[in-house]
Amino acid sequence: MNRFLWPLIGFFFLVALLAVGLNLNPRDLPSPLVGKPAPNFTLPQLAAPGQTFSPQDMLGQVWLLNVWASWCVSCRQEHPLLVELAKRRIVPLIGLNYKEVRGDGATDIDKLAPGMEQPMVVERAAAWLAKHGDPYTLSVLDIDGRVGIDYGVYGVPETYVIDRGGIIRLKHTGPITPDVLSGKILPLLGELSR
Amino acid sequence: MRYWLIVWLFALSSIASGSLRAGEAQPLAADELTEKRLVAISSELRCLVCQNESLAGSHAELANDLRREIRSLIQDGRSDAEIMEFMVSRYGDFVRYRPPLKATTLLLWFGPGLLFVVGLSALVLYLRRRNRAIVDPPLTADQRAQAEALLQDQDSDQKLS
Repeated sequence: MNRFLWPLIGFFFLVALLAVGLNLNPRDLPSPLVGKPAPNFTLPQLAAPGQTFSPQDMLGQVWLLNVWASWCVSCRQEHPLLVELAKRRIVPLIGLNYKEVRGDGATDIDKLAPGMEQPMVVERAAAWLAKHGDPYTLSVLDIDGRVGIDYGVYGVPETYVIDRGGIIRLKHTGPITPDVLSGKILPLLGELSR
Repeated sequence: MRYWLIVWLFALSSIASGSLRAGEAQPLAADELTEKRLVAISSELRCLVCQNESLAGSHAELANDLRREIRSLIQDGRSDAEIMEFMVSRYGDFVRYRPPLKATTLLLWFGPGLLFVVGLSALVLYLRRRNRAIVDPPLTADQRAQAEALLQDQDSDQKLS
């Protein structure tokens, strides 16, 4: 046996290990929420701030919850795909508008007069949807990001697939790509709505 | 003269770093005990945005939100364990710098030790085999006689050199 055989095998094992490691997405963390009931909330709707929405309203339906904000660059990247998905009317898509004003990195929330934030949120979010298209059945306003914490949001956009019983079945962090949509989300939706 | 310059520069740099630190850890609430617990808990937690920073040291937007959340949980009278549970149930074990020992984290906890043991045994095995390979085989009677003849023969010594 060649004396270089084992070092060579070791070397290729290391290369394979590092190659796998480099191709993993460090932002893609397993969510402990998958398989658990979607956390409840009651938030005002974007189109009608007087009305509220709560996940309980969706019991009995399979639905998607998509976390977005107008300042979120990757949201723009996935947006055409969402608009396309909405046209196909496969599944209700609820938008969770996440920290629209205080998350933009430019607005100092302490300098805003109380009561000023929500109108700003509504204005910015509505303007963004008017410009890029509105794929959402409805959007709700998570102004301070409190609901985002309950859903374990750490990087917008995030998308949740929630089943008829209100259980989270999938969490996707980062923009939805055509691969993710056709490879993961659509098959899961088909399975859940059977 | 130079001595005083150096002293002065040291003093200046220590003032500068001191003021920098004061700017970083500006406690928002006056309650000292709450802040102490907040720092203790958030040093054990990972900031999910900048994953190599603790929640205590991170300036990320989300870290601010989470620190505020932890502070309000402390003020609600929740225990440290309950607050940890709050974070883990939302963000998973990854949020903890010291993940709990369970089936999925066995490799994480014992992988390095395992690697060390494997490396050490490979080294010991290799050294032993090499030791065996370089042991001098004993001379045969013929070879010994030849060697002695060579040593006694002055001429051959010169010839060799």
